[in-house]
This record gives sequence, structure tokens and C-alpha cells, in this order.
Amino acid sequence: MYEQVLDNLLQPAGLGQRELELALGRLLSNQIDFGELYFQHRVSESWSLEDGAVKGGSYDADQGVGVRAVAGAGTGFAYADTISLPSLIDAAASARAIARSGGEGKLQVGHAGQAPARYVADDPTVCGSATDRVELLRTIDAYVRSLDSRVSQVSVNLSASHESILVAATDGVLGGDVRPLIRLDIRVLMEEGERREQGFSGGGGRYRLDALMAPGFWQHHAEEAVRQATVNLGAEPAPAGYMTVVLGSGWPGVLLHEAVGHGLEGDFNRKGISAFSGRMGERVATEECTVVDDGTLADRRGSLTIDDEGTPTNCTTLIEKGRLVGYMQDRLNARLMGVEPTGNGRRESFAHLPMPRMTNTYMLPGKHDPGEIIASVDDGIYAVNFNGGQVDITSGKFVFAASEAYRIKNGKLGAAIKGATLIGNGPDVLTRVGMVGNDLELDSGVGVCGKEGQGVPVGVGQPTLRVDGLTVGGTS
Amino acid sequence: MTITELKNSGIDALLHDPDREADLLVDIATRVIDQARAGGADEAEVTVTSSLAREAGVRLGEIETLEEARDRGVRVTVYCKQCVGSASTGDLRADAIDETVERALAIARHTQPDRAAGLAEAALMARHFPELDLWHPVNLPLDQLAERAREIEQAGRSADERIANSEGASVSTEAGVSVYANSHGFVGTGRGTRYSQSCVLIARDEAGMQRDYDYDTARSFEVLAAPETTGRGAAGRTVRRLGARRIPTGKVPVLFAPEVARGLIGHLVGAVSGGNLYRRSSFLLDAVGETVMPAWATLIERPHLPRGAKSSAFDGDGVATRESALVSGGVLDRYVLSSYSARRLGLDTTANAGGVRNLELIGGDRSVDELIKEMGTGLMVNELMGQGVNLVTGDYSRGAAGFWIENGEIAWPVEEITIAGHLRDMLGKLRAAGSDVDTRHNIRTGSLLVDEMTVAGAEG
Repeated sequence: MYEQVLDNLLQPAGLGQRELELALGRLLSNQIDFGELYFQHRVSESWSLEDGAVKGGSYDADQGVGVRAVAGAGTGFAYADTISLPSLIDAAASARAIARSGGEGKLQVGHAGQAPARYVADDPTVCGSATDRVELLRTIDAYVRSLDSRVSQVSVNLSASHESILVAATDGVLGGDVRPLIRLDIRVLMEEGERREQGFSGGGGRYRLDALMAPGFWQHHAEEAVRQATVNLGAEPAPAGYMTVVLGSGWPGVLLHEAVGHGLEGDFNRKGISAFSGRMGERVATEECTVVDDGTLADRRGSLTIDDEGTPTNCTTLIEKGRLVGYMQDRLNARLMGVEPTGNGRRESFAHLPMPRMTNTYMLPGKHDPGEIIASVDDGIYAVNFNGGQVDITSGKFVFAASEAYRIKNGKLGAAIKGATLIGNGPDVLTRVGMVGNDLELDSGVGVCGKEGQGVPVGVGQPTLRVDGLTVGGTS
Repeated sequence: MTITELKNSGIDALLHDPDREADLLVDIATRVIDQARAGGADEAEVTVTSSLAREAGVRLGEIETLEEARDRGVRVTVYCKQCVGSASTGDLRADAIDETVERALAIARHTQPDRAAGLAEAALMARHFPELDLWHPVNLPLDQLAERAREIEQAGRSADERIANSEGASVSTEAGVSVYANSHGFVGTGRGTRYSQSCVLIARDEAGMQRDYDYDTARSFEVLAAPETTGRGAAGRTVRRLGARRIPTGKVPVLFAPEVARGLIGHLVGAVSGGNLYRRSSFLLDAVGETVMPAWATLIERPHLPRGAKSSAFDGDGVATRESALVSGGVLDRYVLSSYSARRLGLDTTANAGGVRNLELIGGDRSVDELIKEMGTGLMVNELMGQGVNLVTGDYSRGAAGFWIENGEIAWPVEEITIAGHLRDMLGKLRAAGSDVDTRHNIRTGSLLVDEMTVAGAEG
């Protein structure tokens, strides 16, 4: 893979192994721990349908090289949006500013490792014809409208991107990766009398476009979007207060991402500013809870063959049977904490610095049937779909906004309730997980995680869970 | 015409000679338009941007990051028999730009005709370009930014012994030049500088840790707050959160501090914006002429405000901007429309392609202390979390943190609660606005006192 990327990304700019070593040499100093070049080329194509017609389309291309020099906890960083030797040398000179004096350092020439590929390298933006893609969107629109006469607006978006990256560092790290990413989103608005409600469904991952164009794939999402809007048309105001909450399987794993995931990223813990700082080995969840971050899953949106620092991804256990056992690390934070990087060093693009980020974060299945979990609740809510969430990693407080939920009364599902925000405290929410289902599911591939202004694609998942106490932000 | 390759020559060239940089961008824009027309486009428009940014971050007295960023980009949109195609690139070399135009034309060969598509009418293009006072270049090297960040953090860490840790302080500068041009022959250039500083601190007590921050941002470096002001401000905001707890579930009045009040006005803007209206995805459909706020409230857009956060003589379609009310005496005067959304709705553009520009709430005449006294007992919110705002229905439910108010005074800090209501009621029954207007942002408002919301917290 490395050789292929070298050919595709650097050769057109007249760059080869020799020029890489020349630029790395400019970064060297006896004061830095390592210097790194990150080359990236990304093209993306998107089509959007509205009012029954494909009215919008865009093609975006971006390329560049990010150069950093790392000294202790400090980083010098610069980038250039053209890949050429002069721009590379300029950026290296700027990044090296972090090193105060210019002693000699020694360049280690590396060999690219062979991490097992987690996805195909094919470019989804050249798969099939544009005509096919436009036709697909129109077919989906007609199908959605045929499902229910109350559908008044349908919007469908199809996007595909293809990215090549190459990492080369002064300490011998060398790697390349080619990453496809595709996504289909279907949004509907349904109207009944005075009432209007939305429904959304979508999915994707790192695979060829033909899988997404198969009727089985998009019909499922079309039906799901209409079903959700239908449910919301009949929803009653949500209750307000502290109560038992059963979370559905799959995308509600956003809970794990916010409540524990961010708090277990290496940078926050190295700095001692996470609510989980210094708690390694302690009990942070009930014994039923085992949570992992797994970047190795085949074809998943959050998966990577190597991370953006050239480290092969792993399945890292974060919480094992209720005990905190692992953090997610990039190179800088792993070195400062005296541990190994875990393959979680990610960046939005060459123009951003890498930091510890999640890949696919999920909880392993337990032993309970989901029906049994709902039957165990006297009074509470069952939330099966969410818009997303947010966390304050220092206080540990997190929120996630339900978009489809139901009352539970005496062990039975009741009326649908309107969307409401749920709020809790990360370090203790998993200590109140009373039951874990046997129905682990991963999300369909729509997640974007934001941290310090950088967005990266991620996955989440979980089995059905019962949390014995969360604050539900309804109005009644 | 030929294009010379833009070199990385002298990273400060943009600061010293913005006119030359603008000329280069205009050359590119003109060529893109010509090429699009030659390639079969009936109409075309292009935006070319160039910026230089520097940022230094310091944590616990040590430099954490020194960043230098030089960004350029081109985005072109072509219209071929009302079929639209768009493409962008970050590579401003001639061959990359040529390919970008070709890509946009190729996309337009596959999209379907859209009767609303196309440029705004030529007669609406801006012809007067008032001085907006947005360009205040100072060439500040990274070590000077780092020194200032160190002073900010030091002032914050020494302000209170309960400050136990720091996420650091940072200082950044940015200078940008941009050009928008279209096939009516319109060429508009804009340029601006921005200076920002921030500090994030951690306080600790027996109950745990709290984090908060302070910042400042300005067009000119000289008017940026003193380093001590931002550092001590961050310490004060952080320490006052210690001991935060939940409050019981119930209905109370809620005072939105300016940093969250502007979001509330932002939801109103979102609900009357063209895209949400023609998609019927707003709780304020057909609301022009209706009462959406109390009679004391007026919202005025001032796009030519000197040094304003979003000042510009023209909007994203090249249409001349002008001062105009959005809400007068509580009544919605107009929508927020681009030429495209206006055509979709059968209306005229309001010169709002790209959103509102410097929207100011008039009618806030009381100090925060007076508002707190007027509220008596209730909740003051200065942080909101999560995405629980539904503009289709107006349903609102978000995580919040702030202070419990009792007998007209701040009693203690509050966290891990939600506030919920309906935007139509929240905006319609605003009781009062404060004179503590935050002028650093595009939406300029003081504190807002909302009549009543449902708070969910502890049991009982």
C-alpha cells in the first residue's frame, strides 16, 4: 500500500523517497522527539435531491502536506496546500520553530509495515456513472413518496470520497493508506393536519458504491425514515425528571461515546483534566459492562487500516467487566504517559494536528433478552434513536438528544413521546446499568465526532441497556 | 490571460500588500468565469479566498503548539440551462483550477433543471463599497503570541488558589482576502483581520473538577482585552462553578446570559431563513406580519457596521446589502432570503445569501442585576449542551448549567439539568432583555429573560 500511495500522491509532484528524506532532514534537531510529514489527497463527490429532482451536485478536491515537529509536550506545526518540494521545505522550517536551538539529530530511515487492510482501496467516486447515481436518487424519492401519502418533502443525499494518505517521520515511522468512504442520507417531512414531523435514516461505510445502490440497502433506510416521522406525528410531550431509561441497541451507543469515550482519550488523561483521570483499574461500571474501541472492523465508517500517524489500529479494551483498563492514545500522549500508541491518532486533514480520537466504540453483549429488559421497568422511557450528544470531559456531564422514544409503564411499551435531551454524569452512569441485552448492534454508519473543531467519521454500538436513573428533559 | 503560479513566497506578503493579493485572486476569478462561459455555462459565479493564520498555545507555562497556516481555495458554481454544478479545490495552480471548472461543468450535465437556479438579478449587484474598517494588519511573530498566551495563563492560574490545572491559553491572528465574482461582471473583494485570545482553566474542590473559559476577539489587536483580563476572567468563571448541583424538576423563569442568548435569537433567524421555509421545515411558516416577539423587541440587521463581525457591502450572491429590520416592535417584518430561496418562495431576495450580517437586538435597557431582581427566583443559564432544538416543530430541550437565583440574588451553581419548552413561547413571552450586549458576535444581544421553562433535574 505504501508504494502505491507514494506513486499516486508524490510522484506527480516530482517527489520520491529521496525528497522525503531531504525534508525530514530539515526537521531534525537534537531537541525534538520526532518530526513528521503527512501528505493527503482527497476527492469527494456529492449529489442531492429535493422536490423530486437532483438539483445539486459538487466535486471537491483537496490536497496538501502537514508538517510537525514534536518536542516534549510541545508541537510546531505548519502546512502547505500544494504538494511540492519548496512548499514542503518552507513548512518544515516553520514547524521546526518549536525547537529553540539547532543541534544535530539523526534521521532513521523507516520501512513501511504491512498492516492488514480493513477495506478495499477502490475509488467510489468513479464507480459506475453519474447518470446511475442521479437515477438512484430519483428512484429513492419515488419509493419514499409511494410509502405514505402524508410525505410532503423528501431530500436524499449521496456522497462518496476517496482519500490517500502518507506518513513519514524522522524516527522511522512510514506508512500509507487509501480510504474510501460513502454515505446515503434520506430525510422526510410528513404532514398531518397542522402537525409536521421529520424522519431520518441513512448509512454507509468504507466500501464500494454498488452495495449502497442495492435496493435492499436504500429501501430499508427509506422505510425507516418514514416510520420515524410517522411515530413522531403521534408523539406526546415527553416527561421531565429523573427516571429509568432503557436504551435501544445500535446508534444509542452515542451514550458510550459521550459518557465514557471522550473521557478515556489519552490527551485529557495525560493532562489530568478528565473526570476519569487517575482512575485506571477502578470500578467505573457494573460488572456486565465491557466497552471497547475497535478500529479494525471490516468496512466500517470508523475503521482505519493505520491511523493518521501510521500506527496500525487495534481493538482496545477501555472498560472490562466494569473496571477501567485502557485509554486511547496517539503517539505524543502515549510517549508522555509511558505507554504504547493504540492506533487512535487521527486528524481531520493535513491542515489539522492529530490527537487521540475514537474509531468504533461499543459495548459487548450481555445475557438478557431485550424484551425481558423492557418488562423489568415499572415506570420509565425506552429511547431508540438519537440526534447526537456532547460532553464536558472535566465535570463528566454529558447529554444526548433522543429523536424517537416511548413511555414504559408496568413493563409494557406505551405512547411515543417527543424528542428530549437526556443528561447524566459520565463516571457514574455505567455504575447504574442494571441489565445488558444480548443484541449487540453497530450503527448504520452516519456518525461524525467533533473535538477541538475537527470532525472525523466514527462508529458506535451497543446492546439494549437499562440505566437505572438518568434525567429526562421533557416538558410534562 | 495567463495565471502565474502562486508561490509560497514570503508568508507575510498578504499582510503587507493585500491589494496585490486581491489582484491575484481577481485574476483567478475572472479566468474561472471566462472559462466556465467558454465551456458552455450560461452563468457562473466563483469565490476565491486566501488567508494567513498564526496561533500559539501555552499550557502550564510551556509552549504547547505553534501553528502557521496559509490557506487558499476556489469554489465555482456553473449554471447550464438552469442545471447546476459546483466544484472546489485548495490547489490554486492553473491546471488544478482548469480541472475544477471542468468538473463543475461535468456535474451540471447530470443535474436536472431547477427553475429557481441562477445568479441574482444584475440590477441588484452592489455598486457602492463603504469603508468597513475591517483591515488592521500587525505582523505578530509566533514567539510574541506565545508570550502573550503565557501572560494570560499566568494571570489566570495565580488569580485563585482553587485553580488546580489548566487546559492552556492561546492567542491567534488571522488575515484574509476574498473575492466573489459572477458572470454579470460583478467583482467584489473583501478583506479582514481578526485577533483572538482565550484561556481554559480547571478548578477543584472535594466534589470534583470544573472547567470554564474566557476569551476575547476583535478586528484590531489594540482593542483586544488585556492579557490579565482574560486570564482572571477565566479563573473567575471557573471557580464560581465549584459546588454545582442539580435542582428539583419544575417550572421556573430562565435568564439566558448573553453567550447563550444569541443562540436563542439564532434559532429565530433559522426558522425564518429561506431554506427552512421552502422545505416547510420551520415552526414559523407564513409568519411575516405576525407577532413573534414582545412589543418592546426590535431586531435590526446592520451589514455596514464598522469593524462588525460579519460586515460586508454585498451578500453571497453579490447583492447590495443594506440596514433593515427583521423584527419591529415584536412583529416579523421579513424573512432571511438569498436570491435562490426567494425565487423558491416567489419573493424578492433580502440580500441574505450567507445569513444575517450583524443582527442587533434593540430594546434591552436593564442591567443584569435588575433582570436577576425582576426574576426573583429562577435559573440563570450560561452554558447549553447538545442538539435538542427542533426547528420544524419548535420543540426545545437542552442540557444546561448556570446558577440558581433566589430572592433576586445568585444563590449557588447548577449543573446536570435540562431546560425544555417551545421556541414560539420562549421568544414570544420574553420578559426583558439586558443592556449587557456582547458586541463581538454576529448576533448582538444582552441577557434574555424567558418567562417560564420546564427544568428537569433531581427527583421530586
